[in-house]
Amino acid sequence: MSDQHGGPAGPDPWGEETPERLYVITGGRPASTKRSAIDLVSLVVAQVGPDPMTPPEQAAILRLCRSPLSVAEVSAYLRLPVSVVNVLLADLLDRGSVQVRGPVPIAVLPDRELLEAVINGLQRL
Amino acid sequence: MDYRGSEHRDFEHEGAPGPAGPGQNDLLPDTATAAVKVVVVGGFGVGKTTFVGAVSEIRPLTTEETMTQAGAGVDDPGGVRTKTETTVAMDFGRISIDDQLVLYLFGTPGQERFWFLWGGLFEGALGAVVLVDTRRLEVSFDVLGRLEERGVPFVVAVNAFPESPSYDVEDLRTALDLPPAVPIVTCDARARESGRDVLLALMHYLQSLTTALELT
Repeated sequence: MSDQHGGPAGPDPWGEETPERLYVITGGRPASTKRSAIDLVSLVVAQVGPDPMTPPEQAAILRLCRSPLSVAEVSAYLRLPVSVVNVLLADLLDRGSVQVRGPVPIAVLPDRELLEAVINGLQRL
Repeated sequence: MDYRGSEHRDFEHEGAPGPAGPGQNDLLPDTATAAVKVVVVGGFGVGKTTFVGAVSEIRPLTTEETMTQAGAGVDDPGGVRTKTETTVAMDFGRISIDDQLVLYLFGTPGQERFWFLWGGLFEGALGAVVLVDTRRLEVSFDVLGRLEERGVPFVVAVNAFPESPSYDVEDLRTALDLPPAVPIVTCDARARESGRDVLLALMHYLQSLTTALELT
């Protein structure tokens, strides 16, 4: 399935997504504590465009997230594991390059207002 | 090394590699401020991706995570990757609820032994849809037990394959050992309206749980 590579936002110009490569693009750092604030469905919005110094994967995130996009979608489009995306996002957050919205906190059960909004939305499908 | 090169998508998932970026019609409005998620679980081949695809406004995408059997993942000291790592892929879709709120639907892989290792998948989820095939009820037992253990609210959706034996709902409840309150609905995972109705059944069930909680 080599046709998975070659897209403009593809993370992998060398055609190999080995663990070593993932290690390199995260700078070998484990996910920071900020990761706990980033959920699969957190919506990421770029606040700035990439500049020439922006590493390629971060630049790809900034280009993808001109409109809000979930962490899961970023992971899917860049074909990077979610944990790697989270590390990259934590860096971008530190620099103020992205805004991360949500997710809606759910304590034990979702609140009534949220459920009503979802029900109304689904009924329009 | 167990880590799977991307050229070898030999793991179990039902989706296809996605495009390199969202199409014009796949963009969320800038007013989108919050998202919620629902997890669709069930054995391999039960129709999770079909279900997600039928209700999703985008073509289902695939996301993946690496994890170790020990559950330590990338938090290993120094980020050292060990031989016990596995890649698990999930297909997901999206429904815009209104200008601000987005619902994501995640179809978990068939290997149930992996999906609870994915920390955060069920955290903050509204609830789950357990998709079952009456020809292979036994594959659902493990999933149901684990959801109950975790306190994740769920509804059971019986995917009505044409060749599936049809059961009375109460017989199914007995066979699956489900509490009386848990809704069981039948569906056609290929049909948008049917999938929508399953999600609505989950939301109404959550409403009833919320009401019950407020009364205590």
